[in-house]
Amino acid sequence: MSERSRRGRRALAGLAVAALVAGCAPTGVVVLLPEKGGRATAVDVRQDDKSVTLDQPYAAAQFTRQGPKPFESNADDVQRRFGAALGALPARPIDFELQFELGKNELTAESRRKFDEVLAELAKRPVADVRVIGHTDTSGADELNDRLSRDRAGFVRDELVKLGLKAESIEVLGRGKRAPKYGKPDGPPDDRDRRVEVFVR
Amino acid sequence: MTIAPLRRTARALACITLVATLALPAAARAADAADIGQVKVVRGQVTIERGDQTLAAAVGLRVRTADRIRTGADGAVGITMNDDALLSAGPNSLLSLDRYAFDATSGKGRFESGLSRGTLAVISGRIAKDAPDAMTVRTPSAILGVRGTEFAVAVDE
Repeated sequence: MSERSRRGRRALAGLAVAALVAGCAPTGVVVLLPEKGGRATAVDVRQDDKSVTLDQPYAAAQFTRQGPKPFESNADDVQRRFGAALGALPARPIDFELQFELGKNELTAESRRKFDEVLAELAKRPVADVRVIGHTDTSGADELNDRLSRDRAGFVRDELVKLGLKAESIEVLGRGKRAPKYGKPDGPPDDRDRRVEVFVR
Repeated sequence: MTIAPLRRTARALACITLVATLALPAAARAADAADIGQVKVVRGQVTIERGDQTLAAAVGLRVRTADRIRTGADGAVGITMNDDALLSAGPNSLLSLDRYAFDATSGKGRFESGLSRGTLAVISGRIAKDAPDAMTVRTPSAILGVRGTEFAVAVDE
C-alpha cells in the first residue's frame, strides 16, 4: 500500500460545465496499487467499446476520447493524486482465534494473551464492528455443540462488554461442530477446534 | 467459569489504554438489514445525501444503498462495507453507493458504486472475489470491473 504519511493536494481543473457539453473529452485516471500479500489483482477499464486491463502494481490508464490510454504510475504520482483519499482509508478488518479449555468456558493461557491483542486492536479503532463466532470440536451431539459454541461466543462477547464495548456492536454466532478447521468433520476431535473467531472491522 | 485471571489482565490493559487516551470503540447504532457499511473515517466536511435528507457524516454512521457521499474542499471519508471492501474519497468528491447485495455465508454479492467527481481509493472485499464484474465502479466516462484489488481512481470535473 502506498505510503500515507503525507497528504497530497490535488488541483482540480474547473471542467464541470465542459463535462456536460457533448463532445467534450472525458478526463480521469485509474491506478492499480501494489497489494499487500502479493495477491494477483486487476481492474478492467471499459470506455464504450474499448477496454484495458491493469494487472501490475502502478499500471494505470487515462480516460481519453480514444478510450483508456495505459501508462505507468508510481508511488510519488499516486501520493500526489490520491494522498488525501488514501489517508482516509479505514483500517483493514482483522481476525483473531481464541481457544478454549475442554468442557469449560475458559480460554487457554495462550488465548488469554491473545485476547489482549484483540483489545489493543479495538483500542485503535474509533468505531468497531465485532463478530464473534463460536465453534466446538467434532465430538458430541450437534445440539450440545450448538449450545456450547454459542455459549463460548457469548462468553467472549460478555468479556468485551465488561471492558466497555457496546453490546450492539458485537454480533454473536455459534456454528457448533459444523466448521472444524483443524480436525476432519468425521475424524477424531482436535482440541484446537474448541475456538472462537473474533472479527474486528 | 474461571474468568478472574482473564479479567485481571484485560482490566490492566484497559487502564493502560485509557491513560494513553485511547478508548474502546464508541457506541454506534447496531446494523440493520438496510445497512451496507459503516463510516470509519471523517475529515473536514463530509455529508451524506439520502433521499431528500442531507446528513452530516460521522464516524459510526451506517450507510445504505442509494446514499450519495459528498466531500468538501477539505473533506475526506473512509467507509468499510459489509463484505470488508474499504472505500475512501478525497476532497471535492461525490461517491454514490448505487447497488449493494451481499450474502455473508456464501460470499456472493454485487456492489455497484459511482464516482462522479473527485478521488476514490478502493481495497476490494469478498464481493469482488465472487465473480469478475461483481464489483464495479462507474465514472462519467468509464466503468471499472474490480478483481481482488487495491486501486485508486480520479475524475476531473
